[in-house]
Amino acid sequence: MNDIWSGLQAAFWLLITLDRDLIEITLRSLQVSLSALVIASAIALPLGTWLAIRRFRFRRAAIAALNALMGLPPVVVGLIVYLLLSRSGPFGVLGLLFTPTAMIIAQVIIITPLIASITHQAMRELWAEYHDLLISLNTSNWQRIKTLIFDGRRALLTASLAGFGRAIGEVGAIMIVGGNIDNATRVLTTAIALETGKGDFALALGLGFVLIALALVVNFAIHVLSRTERDGRW
Amino acid sequence: MIRVFAFLALIWGSTATAEVMKMAVTTSFHNSGLSDVLLPAIARDTGLEVQLLIVGTGQALRLGEAGDVDAILVHSKAAEEAFVAGGYGTHRREIMYNDFVFIGPSTDDAAIAGQGSSTEVLTAIARAEAAFVSRGDDSGTHKKERALWSDAGFDTDTLGDWYKAVGAGMGASLNTASSLNAYILADRASWLNFGNKGDLTLLFAGDPVLFNQYAYLPVNPERHPHVDSDGATTLEDWLTSDAAKELINGYAINGEKLFTFNAVQSD
Repeated sequence: MNDIWSGLQAAFWLLITLDRDLIEITLRSLQVSLSALVIASAIALPLGTWLAIRRFRFRRAAIAALNALMGLPPVVVGLIVYLLLSRSGPFGVLGLLFTPTAMIIAQVIIITPLIASITHQAMRELWAEYHDLLISLNTSNWQRIKTLIFDGRRALLTASLAGFGRAIGEVGAIMIVGGNIDNATRVLTTAIALETGKGDFALALGLGFVLIALALVVNFAIHVLSRTERDGRW
Repeated sequence: MIRVFAFLALIWGSTATAEVMKMAVTTSFHNSGLSDVLLPAIARDTGLEVQLLIVGTGQALRLGEAGDVDAILVHSKAAEEAFVAGGYGTHRREIMYNDFVFIGPSTDDAAIAGQGSSTEVLTAIARAEAAFVSRGDDSGTHKKERALWSDAGFDTDTLGDWYKAVGAGMGASLNTASSLNAYILADRASWLNFGNKGDLTLLFAGDPVLFNQYAYLPVNPERHPHVDSDGATTLEDWLTSDAAKELINGYAINGEKLFTFNAVQSD
């Protein structure tokens, strides 16, 4: 209990004094996870919607695989991305290892199946409703996807935020591909792992509270920016 | 949507880049806090920004073999010599040493405090079957610990349940030992800097076999043409300079000196 209290105190002081390192790693956390979120959403939202409206032979298998990939262990993703980006790996010449870009790649792989799966689930319901209308208007597949995405945007926001939650709290993959380099690839979660390793639980916990607060702020910010949950607009 | 992109553009600020090189170091070196003293001095004297990858010795050697770092600073002589013999590194240069210490519960149930050598210490622990936490991660410290066990005539694979290989870094292993009130082999620097000591205390140190030599190995540019060989040479020159000697020998925690500089200086 004592540790939790000193953790709260540490978080408080870090925030009050606007600790420079804290601001830097917080911004980097945001930079990595939000970039991963945008890229993953750009892939996963159309993909999940497409899976909802198209009927093809391996659809069932594709959906089952997508659902299973939601549970992809981040450490394994990290290791595979590391081996691919390593100087001795196939994409070594790009020199991306131990950069924020590598961390974004790993996070995109981790959260895309999650977002696509939730999207598919939500779009299936919506498609049942819109099916007759869109078929009778003789729309193309792409028009159908766009319509569903636009009208289902509230559910998709939830899908994206779930992806963001997984990305910002993730540590296993980005530890391996980012390397937790001070001033270069250190983010909140890897800093927490490092401080725990040093036995400095108060600081680790303090950073943890900052991370939770950050997740809350981002969620509120996205809701405010996209004007959801307001009177007259649903 | 545009607002979200604008926000993204905002946080993707530009970052200044000095000359940068990457070096893999062991957790024990970083946990000692010495890197926080050396890195700013290196940046000031040579203009070189050294990015540290803090990993176990096993992973550090793998990163060097793959060419993902420009140099490594580790402490496991046999593995280092194999690294150079395999052509992955150009040479091995000894920089400094610190020492390993035996940590255990203050009650010292296995009575290791008065023993004469590390072999006797391990025999006492094994005889008492007192809980012992092993790094179990193929790090330099773990290799050292296994070598000590085998010197004492034990095979770590056949020890009982009291021998716990946790597969974690120095700090995480110390955390485990602290909560189990178990014995553990740690490097002195990590121990002094460790914040969660609980009931643990330093029980045995000083046996010469417990000395822990750190060596610097630049990655071979013939094998990996992209490595920053100039940066690695600059760093080696600095690490063996008088400035480094003064900082390393002068580094102390709570008045205890941690490292002893023993590089062969070129001039």
